[in-house]
Amino acid sequence: MTAHALLQCGVYVVVLVALAVPLGGYCARVLGGEATLVQRLLGPLERGLYRAAGVRPDDEMDWRDYTGAVLWFNLFGLLVVYGLQRLQHLLPLNPQELGPVAPDLAFNTAVSFASNTNWQAYGGETTLSYLTQMVGLTTQNFVSAATGIAVLAALARAFSRRRAETIGNFWADLVRSTLYILLPLSLVLAVALAADGVVQTFAPAAEVELMRAATGPEGQVITQQTIPLGPGASQIAIKQLGTNGGGFYNINSAHPLENPTPLTNVLECLAILLIPAALCLSFGKIVADRRQGWAVLGAMFAIFLPLLGLCVWSEGQLAPQLVELGVDPSAGNLEGKEVRFGAAASALWATATTAASNGSVNAMHDSFNPLGGLVPMWLMQVGEVVFGGVGSGLYGMLVFAILAVFLAGLMVGRTPEYLGKKIEAFEVKMAALVILLPSAGVLVGTAIAVASEAGRAGISNPGIHGFSEVLYGFSSASNNNGSAFAGLGANSFFYNLALGLCMLIGRYGIIVPVLALAGALARKQTVPPGPGTMPTHTPLFVFLLAAIVVLVGALTFVPALALGPIVEHLQMTGAHP
Amino acid sequence: MLSAIRPALILLALLTVVTGAVYPLAVTGIADLLFHDEAHGSLVVATAGPVGSELVGQNFTRPGDFWSRPSAVHYDAKSSGASNMGPLHEGLQEAVAARIATLQAADPEAELPVPADLVLASGSGLDPHISPAAARYQARRVARARGLPTAEVLALIEGHTEGRTLGILGEPRVNVLRLNRALEEIQPSP
Amino acid sequence: MHSPKHKPARGPIIRRAAIEAFTKLDPRRMVRNPVMFVVEVGSVLTTILAAQALVGEGEASFGFIAGVAVWLWFTVLFANFAEALAEGRGKAQAESLRKARQHVQARRLSERDRHARAEQVPAAQLRRGDLVLVIAGDTIPGDGDVVEGIASVDESAVTGESAPVIRESGGDRSAVTGGTRVLSDWIIVEIRSNPGETFLDRMIAMVEGAKRKKTPNEIALDILLAGLSLVFLLACATLYPFSLYALETRGQGAPVPITVLVALLVCLIPTTIGGLLSAIGIAGMDRLIRVNVIATSGRAVEAAGDVDVLLLDKTGTITIGNRQAVELLPAAGVKVEALAEAAQLASLADETPEGRSIVVLAKEKYGLRQRELANTEARFIAFTAHTRMSGVDLAGREIRKGAADAIGKHLKAKGGGLSPDIQALVQTIAKSGGTPLVVAEGSRALGVVHLKDIVKGGIRERFAEFRRIGIETIMITGDNPQTAGAIAAEAGVDSFQAEATPETKLALIRGKQAAGHLVAMTGDGTNDAPALAQADVAVAMNTGTQAAKEAGNMVDLDSDPTKLLDIVEIGKQMLMTRGALTTFSVANDVAKYFAIIPAAFAGTYPDLRALDLMRLHSPQSAVLAAVIFNAIIIILLVPIALRGVKVRPHPAAALLRRNLLVFGLGGLVAPFIGIKLIDLVITTIGVA
Repeated sequence: MTAHALLQCGVYVVVLVALAVPLGGYCARVLGGEATLVQRLLGPLERGLYRAAGVRPDDEMDWRDYTGAVLWFNLFGLLVVYGLQRLQHLLPLNPQELGPVAPDLAFNTAVSFASNTNWQAYGGETTLSYLTQMVGLTTQNFVSAATGIAVLAALARAFSRRRAETIGNFWADLVRSTLYILLPLSLVLAVALAADGVVQTFAPAAEVELMRAATGPEGQVITQQTIPLGPGASQIAIKQLGTNGGGFYNINSAHPLENPTPLTNVLECLAILLIPAALCLSFGKIVADRRQGWAVLGAMFAIFLPLLGLCVWSEGQLAPQLVELGVDPSAGNLEGKEVRFGAAASALWATATTAASNGSVNAMHDSFNPLGGLVPMWLMQVGEVVFGGVGSGLYGMLVFAILAVFLAGLMVGRTPEYLGKKIEAFEVKMAALVILLPSAGVLVGTAIAVASEAGRAGISNPGIHGFSEVLYGFSSASNNNGSAFAGLGANSFFYNLALGLCMLIGRYGIIVPVLALAGALARKQTVPPGPGTMPTHTPLFVFLLAAIVVLVGALTFVPALALGPIVEHLQMTGAHP
Repeated sequence: MLSAIRPALILLALLTVVTGAVYPLAVTGIADLLFHDEAHGSLVVATAGPVGSELVGQNFTRPGDFWSRPSAVHYDAKSSGASNMGPLHEGLQEAVAARIATLQAADPEAELPVPADLVLASGSGLDPHISPAAARYQARRVARARGLPTAEVLALIEGHTEGRTLGILGEPRVNVLRLNRALEEIQPSP
Repeated sequence: MHSPKHKPARGPIIRRAAIEAFTKLDPRRMVRNPVMFVVEVGSVLTTILAAQALVGEGEASFGFIAGVAVWLWFTVLFANFAEALAEGRGKAQAESLRKARQHVQARRLSERDRHARAEQVPAAQLRRGDLVLVIAGDTIPGDGDVVEGIASVDESAVTGESAPVIRESGGDRSAVTGGTRVLSDWIIVEIRSNPGETFLDRMIAMVEGAKRKKTPNEIALDILLAGLSLVFLLACATLYPFSLYALETRGQGAPVPITVLVALLVCLIPTTIGGLLSAIGIAGMDRLIRVNVIATSGRAVEAAGDVDVLLLDKTGTITIGNRQAVELLPAAGVKVEALAEAAQLASLADETPEGRSIVVLAKEKYGLRQRELANTEARFIAFTAHTRMSGVDLAGREIRKGAADAIGKHLKAKGGGLSPDIQALVQTIAKSGGTPLVVAEGSRALGVVHLKDIVKGGIRERFAEFRRIGIETIMITGDNPQTAGAIAAEAGVDSFQAEATPETKLALIRGKQAAGHLVAMTGDGTNDAPALAQADVAVAMNTGTQAAKEAGNMVDLDSDPTKLLDIVEIGKQMLMTRGALTTFSVANDVAKYFAIIPAAFAGTYPDLRALDLMRLHSPQSAVLAAVIFNAIIIILLVPIALRGVKVRPHPAAALLRRNLLVFGLGGLVAPFIGIKLIDLVITTIGVA
């Protein structure tokens, strides 16, 4: 790893933390219903929404009602996206006269956007009408992220309450997260991106004369180039901030009109981790012990930084097989990467986008070196808890914290407790579910895919790398990331269905136990801390939490990884040619 | 439970209006006002009209032009894409070998190793840049084809090299379209 | 720990445990422990595969499969053995207890009168509310309260304590336990429990572990272990299709054998803790019994580990029961000898320990011989609640001693009063935590006797330990706040409640609980019952009333209130042992992966050999070594499971650091060494 790569990553981390601190405090105020500057501006809109919907934001819900509201809202969102795709040929704003989307693909896409995964089995501009994109997908970019923040807010509240039945009001959490957190941040980021060259217009595509006529792949003479335009910046801003990741262009943030400069690159990359990092600190504020928020954030960084180092190092290498052909290895592995970003900024993005459940890419993970590809794959497999999705990453990490507290807490001779809440059979059961379900999705899904004709049909790279493609796909879907080893031909009935189910399980199979957990925790008495309490804000606990995440992730996926990237790496480095 | 249906439907509809329509329109309005050209694809406009986007690469194959990076979509900007081949993919090794052979055929004196970006395909297939090393690697061929001293071409490359943003972010690079157009102004290609 | 009779020989216990290890293989029993059930299923599966290899074509050599199968069976048997061993100790005790109540006949009375008509009935037929007469030489037929009479009782069958105790009707020493023996006199006992619910029954059930319910933490841990097992089951099961795909794209090697997958699964699932979990629980209860405490449930013992507030009665727990006179302080102008003489005279007839200590002090410190006053016309004035004085009228002298305010009132009536210097002395003594007794003759106060509470030796250090591990100690006393404060300071408790009544005690517990604390207390009297019932951990003294025993969730057979401290430690130890072995078990898995994964795919991906950090001899020896390590570690850890990890008086943070280092890091490293060694051994002796 070069000094420059190190400097770039260092600056990224410092700026990230510097931005997360004030934002964390702000989000806590928003979720606590406190007045903010933005609230003064948009307050009438918020109240108008409540009035129209006939909800009272102060009417608190118990965990069952809260879960019901989450599920209904997400179900309708899913149905709308599905319906729009199936009926888009009958609806307006379809200038390209695209036909209805096939049912399996429509299902996959609907689940993908409702579940904050943004796995894209469809081919962007060539499948979906403007109406479907705007009304369906853009809206889901906001509200699926807001759903994650809301569920987190409910869980955080549960920790801070004692002997309470209710955990908040979902409608209030949803509306406030959207209006006061996601919308203003997106607006600022979108304008900043547009200033540096990201397209933002409703004008039609621009036709330009090529400087040199070129010969096309079929031998035709090409003299013009179509520069596709559109309202890119506004969608890119929310897809980055809301850990959605569904690109405006097919090739996502590798596209020069989606991510034109190193500056837009670092802004988009910061946006990936900004809210997840900030919410850790909001959590600390909500539970009235800021150190707890820093500890969780610390554990995330404790896992993130070494993996970032590994990925950046790996992509700084070039396969010996290519060096042998006469390629200069000094710039690293540039296949699938853009020159303006280089290997380091691409690896940084890959690590961030999979640490968070974002899934946007600025380089092709499929073409990464084996260990460079292992990093994003494994970051998804640990359950998207290292930053993870907005809200969802932190509630996943808190489940791991519960597990860590339970495992190690017994060793101090007391019933384990986290933030004063005793961790008992029910909590452990829910935690086990949360960890088990996505892992089951990844392993069982991959097993079925490699064992079936339908599954094998989608594999593009031969041999070991093909296995990695499938494993990566199921890891991405089951953990709601959305990035891909893009060689996998995933638009088939089999993959649309299998990955769609994985996304459903990975999202709602976790939200429901997490909210049940919130309900149980809120009802509990809070044990006051003393010297006999295992502290959960110390470096030791940070280490322990990180170790548990790594250990569970490693123990579950080492066999699969050994048959994918690990053996591929060993073959590449030529231990046994 | 059922009481949640009405608020779910209404809020979904209203939030769709706010986030799906009002928000993108607001951003478009601001961008149009403040950063019109940037928001419209950063087009390079010659007297005859737009001749490309500063941000979208074009394909160059003449020996007198600087060549862009290999592209999986042949610089067709209607789409974008990459090879998605892993480092051990035989297809990748074959393609790289062929690209090296083409470079060497165009400039028999060209030495190995070749800068990586010149023989490895970009992520978008539309990469507008090459590395300064990749530009310098082509300088002799371009100079010879245009009948220019190599030093002048190298100086031109130097002048078109963008450094890292703030000295930290990204990598140094040369915009191929701009470089070729500058070259064309000095010494039109034969 | 004084229970000589509860010390069964080790040999028979081990023999019996070895046999039971086999009978426990019954799948209907095994299924209650999901982790070990998986191992048993794996054992059966590999045994079938071995048989297949023996008679026809197997997936690997017979020797290898059989080797794995045998060691899988050992894994199950070792775990069963550990459980049987833990139960065995209790069973031996239970048998000696059972003997205590065999063939007891009771004299059931028709009414509460020693001379009422009595019928002989077997003890087993007695119901709650029956009245029985027990006379010298009889065994008490059931638990109950003495309603009439007084007797000395030998309770050694239950407590192991050979000195007889007095049991009498009324007051706090009325409870008797079935199975104990009346040595002298007679008592009428009202039976308080139905057959099968007696104390002895509970004790037998407890030590046998027969009715042992899983504790809350045990259930939670069970869920976690089952969850982990499920994850590993998925990881191992999916390896088969993965290996088929690898085989196909690679075109070399063979699919991974089922035997290897089963071996991998068994190595990965937390067998170490899964196999020892119930043994830890049983051993914890056993440790409790060995300090002579009977808990009504494992839940209570576990709760003891969580306690962070201890309510301790001053008398008996913190101080050695009675106050003693330590100093005589005369008023101005009074000779100390005069005061000593008056104090002694006033106390001669006072049989309370305090009174006697005054006589002793006068004799030893001031050289006054104890005088016989029986033949003089002395008239002793006994202490009454009304006057709160005692004393003597003797040859015209009127000597009184009592609390300052009582004496003050007395003197005032006689036209005198307490002089300022007496009042100053009284204040000084009270402030120092002592009890001042003013001695007066006629209308004049002669001086003050300083009575002092004697704090038990070593108790201060014990409290300091508790403070370090985060347990707050609160002293409960009927003393006034001043006195209580001084004793509290001397004993080193965190706080105290003075002038305590049953109501204030109950309020204190409720207050602490409302703030989220878990409260433990000891009690013996009937008026303690509400507080005992409210406390999270309530230890009743065996000498206490039946009401107290029923309200508590533990009974201390030694009636030693400091026992609370042992109970807390045992509770903590149970949890720590479980946590430590779980951590160790999970940490072990890392090394097992490094051993088995390269071995499993040696044919398809020889490159994976690079992961074989231990450089094991062959794929087969690697798998076998991992399985053997996995089995043997269970046996090696049985002593820790039975003994419990050492409880140290450190704060939680320090404990965590230490235990993580020992069991976490140790668990990570140990199997690398162990598996390598086993691999060396089995290749040397040629097993694999």
